[in-house]
Amino acid sequence: MTDLGPLVPRQRDMHPVPYDPDYKTSVPRSPKWPLLSMESTPSEETGPRFGHGVIGPLDNNLMLNFATDGSPAIGERILVHGQVLDEFARPVPNTLIEIWQANAGGRYRHIKDTYLAPLDPNFGGCGRTLTDDQGRYQFLTIRPGAYPWPNRGNEWRPMHIHFSVFGHSFGQRLITQMYFEGDPLIARCPIAATIKNRSQLDRLVAPLDMPMARPLDFLAYKFDIVLRGRRQTMFENRLEGL
Amino acid sequence: MPQHLSNLTETASQTGGPYVHIGCIPSFAGIEGVYPQDLGLSPIQPGALGQQITITGQVIDGTGWALRDALIESWQPDSAGRFAGQPGADPAVSGFCRFAADKDSGEFCLTTVKPGAVPARTGQMQAPHISLWIAARGINVGLHTRIYFEDEDNSADPLLARIEQRNRVSTLIARKTGEGAYRFDIRLQGEGETVFLDI
Ligand SMILES: [Fe+3]
Repeated sequence: MTDLGPLVPRQRDMHPVPYDPDYKTSVPRSPKWPLLSMESTPSEETGPRFGHGVIGPLDNNLMLNFATDGSPAIGERILVHGQVLDEFARPVPNTLIEIWQANAGGRYRHIKDTYLAPLDPNFGGCGRTLTDDQGRYQFLTIRPGAYPWPNRGNEWRPMHIHFSVFGHSFGQRLITQMYFEGDPLIARCPIAATIKNRSQLDRLVAPLDMPMARPLDFLAYKFDIVLRGRRQTMFENRLEGL
Repeated sequence: MPQHLSNLTETASQTGGPYVHIGCIPSFAGIEGVYPQDLGLSPIQPGALGQQITITGQVIDGTGWALRDALIESWQPDSAGRFAGQPGADPAVSGFCRFAADKDSGEFCLTTVKPGAVPARTGQMQAPHISLWIAARGINVGLHTRIYFEDEDNSADPLLARIEQRNRVSTLIARKTGEGAYRFDIRLQGEGETVFLDI
């Protein structure tokens, strides 16, 4: 196997702080001691690969992939699309993206979600796809509603879609959330606010992408994702023994 | 002004939230019919070479409470230390597994084969280990750690050797509880906090 080089270390200040008292659940669930930093090894540089064989034709269409009788989910119809790149701006092809979200009323199809908004019988709330050879992906879905959650007295999540991305290395594994341009709840959200770098938070906000909207059918939002890169250099032959 | 670098910055992580199972293991979350089955149900198929083992444990928060909503992913090589896709790798070992804490007890269980040793970048051999990644509500950046084994020679492992506080090394070592059975608890915070990795 060709040696693609070690993973670029994570810039931890570009990520959320693990401990944030405004997000109460992070208080008992954040490690107190520093992480052990070390150069990556094959255990982190390799990772699971998923073939097209596991992806069904409706897997990236949340409007229809849970529909009981072919009738689409209720809500504002949207296309969510973008490109997965690494830190050196190289496309990440054939990588699995999974998304999950609340329905148009802000309710998840989950036994623990008891919000007053009704379930939509035609909306499951999960989808997945593989990026193409340029790292691009797209989903058809409905815009999720904002929803209340127990944290401080009157807490509401902005509209968001959860994203899980694999990349090609176990060390690239990433879960994040996509927000929607113009949502006033983003600035009030303690989960969004765990990201202390303003431009890093702004990058989670997908802009309305009118050229990609289909007239009389759906609006479009663009959400690009950047995964950790791997350093490629002619001076990386240490695996052979130093 | 120096030249401009065209490098990008990694997208910021966010918590998987309380419903991470909907996206990653929807059948487990009760959402049937979207996919034929959840991905990563088992890291091995029948006929996988090597010793079959089972690792059980809990993910425990700083108050001592076992999480009921944790999602864990594991990644490992086959019994000879080869990862899926590498030449000669055991075709019955995908090496990837996803498992969740039990909704009532918080206990997780991973059945797999004991991995072989793999080299580090320095050429040194790493002791057999399974890589883990933990996502849950309240975890803002997914946590990487490793499972090593009590009944293997871990003395020359380069990662374990870097842990300055030697009393913390044991947090990465699964305790043998029977033939092919191990216990590995993950403590997010507090006494016996697991060593988590920035790797
Ligand atoms: Fe959510």
